[in-house]
Amino acid sequence: MGKYFLRRILYAIPAMIVISFVSFLLIQLPPGTFADTVAAEMMESGGVTEGAIKAIEERYGLNQPIIVQYWKWISGILLRGDFGQSFIWGRPVGTIIWDRLGNTLLLTGFAFLFVCALSIPIGIFSAVKQYSAGDYIATSIGFLGLAIPGFLFALILMFIGFRFFDQSIGGFFSPEFTRAPWSWAKFADFLSHLWMPMIAVGLAGAASLIRIIRANLLDELLKPYVATARAKGLSEFRLLLKYPVRLALIPFVATLGWMLPQLISGATIVSVVMSLPTTGPLLLRALLGQDMYLAASFIMLLSLLTVIGTLISDVLLAIVDPRIRFR
Amino acid sequence: MIDPTKIVTGDVIPDAAANEAQDAKASLQLASQWRLMWWRFRKHKLALVSGILVICVYLVAAFVEFLAPFPTDRMISDLAYAPPQRLRLLEKTEDGLKIGLHVYGYTYTIDTLSLKRDFEVDRDQKIAVRFFVKGEPYRMWGFIPGNRHLIGPVDPGAAFYLLGADRLGRDLFSRIIYGTRISMTIGLVGVTMSLVLGILLGGISGYYGGTVDLIIQRIMEILRSMPTIPLWMGMAAAIPYYWSPVLVYFMITIILSVIGWTWLAQAVRGKFYSLKTEDFVIAAKLDGCSELQVIVSHMVPSFMSHIIATLTLAIPQMIIAETALSFLGIGLRPPVVSWGVLLKEAQNVRVLATSPWLFLPGLAVVIAVLSLNFLGDGIRDAADPYK
Repeated sequence: MGKYFLRRILYAIPAMIVISFVSFLLIQLPPGTFADTVAAEMMESGGVTEGAIKAIEERYGLNQPIIVQYWKWISGILLRGDFGQSFIWGRPVGTIIWDRLGNTLLLTGFAFLFVCALSIPIGIFSAVKQYSAGDYIATSIGFLGLAIPGFLFALILMFIGFRFFDQSIGGFFSPEFTRAPWSWAKFADFLSHLWMPMIAVGLAGAASLIRIIRANLLDELLKPYVATARAKGLSEFRLLLKYPVRLALIPFVATLGWMLPQLISGATIVSVVMSLPTTGPLLLRALLGQDMYLAASFIMLLSLLTVIGTLISDVLLAIVDPRIRFR
Repeated sequence: MIDPTKIVTGDVIPDAAANEAQDAKASLQLASQWRLMWWRFRKHKLALVSGILVICVYLVAAFVEFLAPFPTDRMISDLAYAPPQRLRLLEKTEDGLKIGLHVYGYTYTIDTLSLKRDFEVDRDQKIAVRFFVKGEPYRMWGFIPGNRHLIGPVDPGAAFYLLGADRLGRDLFSRIIYGTRISMTIGLVGVTMSLVLGILLGGISGYYGGTVDLIIQRIMEILRSMPTIPLWMGMAAAIPYYWSPVLVYFMITIILSVIGWTWLAQAVRGKFYSLKTEDFVIAAKLDGCSELQVIVSHMVPSFMSHIIATLTLAIPQMIIAETALSFLGIGLRPPVVSWGVLLKEAQNVRVLATSPWLFLPGLAVVIAVLSLNFLGDGIRDAADPYK
């Protein structure tokens, strides 16, 4: 068991290195650098001095080869926890990202809970009562969830909230709570804002999980051991939860690994639509403004989150399913 | 399809029926793999209907110039956010009912405070509508000239908004039809690109195994562990704003296939892996077929149907991705019209609340994605007719 975990963690390290490099490279792709953006702005507001541009390039090392810039950046992060300077905000990246990243984590965490709370019971129900009205409803919801992109669903929810419930739009808090210290009232306010993005982010994932659980459980329910247990007089509910559901949940655990990248992706775009204080809107701005250290840090950290998530899901899978450990 | 089990277990079958059953059984045994697949696919009613729907959508994409009443840039700025009109067939006049397609025009008042227009249906303005009407000249696919449109107002300058107008008074119906071409083909082109990459790399990975396999597997794992939207956003933001729309279009498809190919490669690799040791492959090798021959004429045909199913299921993913990127403003950009570009107009919820028809491009996305999904499910189920 220990050996398996160790190997799995060792596999993750090269992945992390490559991811950090790809994140950095990605930001270098646009032609021109931040210095050019500044030059263009200066040009608009009249006069551009060669010296000022040179100074910016010098200060951020923009004229060095990419690999040197990458090394400077990554060693700063690893050794000093310094993510570089955000050009747009004129502040160190480290001061900007953490609470945004925390919000993203919060949103994806709640979305994940929503996915589980919705998909497990509905998946089990629609397998046990196959071809019932409830099954058809669940299946249709599942297909709609797959077909409606998250951002569109977010828009629809906002539209409904705005038109029929007169709910304030955007953000995690009502204006009066934005700067208030945490209290029960603030928490309740938070929850009342959270449900919309939570559903919008989680629906697609829940839809695919319902289908997976239903298909797996249907396979299990036909097996002889279920008939044996039933013949022995076990109550239907206990029988269900004790044997087939446990087995049907194994592929479910395996899918959690790719569920996380999907949820983070969804949270990014839903946050832009609903203007939530997560990484999404800030990442978009950073990308459009060529704020390379900020954008690279966001993309890298989001990707690392998913690597860690995949790692956790693999470990969980090994705990649930012993066959994997001994392969 | 004829169920062979019923034929075998039938009690006393009259002579004629027996002959017929014999024939059916024989044809079942003689049927080619593709015929068997078609029989099985036909049983999946939802997939069949979806397949027809998908064909219709692609037909719309093919003939947009003829189907759309107007070009995408035709605007009447006085009619910004005009609501959808109802197409009417019967008209009440003094001398009884008259038959003739028509819509009613608008009158509007401008709210002095918000500068918003309030539209009213004006029953005095009758705008005659005809099928195959002469309208704005166009060049179908860029070279066939024409000026007939499937439906349109007799007077080409008249207000005719079946699905409402956008903020510049452009016809949403025409724009959705034009968007079909871009949105539906971007999925196809992207999938083709993924297919080439996926078959190539997945094939190498599965056929040779060993170190090459390990490296390609790791690359796939890393690409897949990155959250797609931020990754796409990073790449799409790198497209220079001065590029031509065509170049941007191809760039977007390449970006979308960067991740798409991994799923295809995985499917191909798995198939290669399991087929490699099959008897017929070994036989072909012993017969002296070259490696390329073994792959192309013996292995690929045996998993072609699976690949087609995977492809069909990959297209909707690409459509959603393009829509999302264009919606964020980093995918396709106006004057190109795709469903995502149209949805970008629907970003403001206050505007949506007063003109909800701006959601309609989203409905087009949902219909296209759903029918492609059902079709792909049906093909996947039919892909293995011997099961």
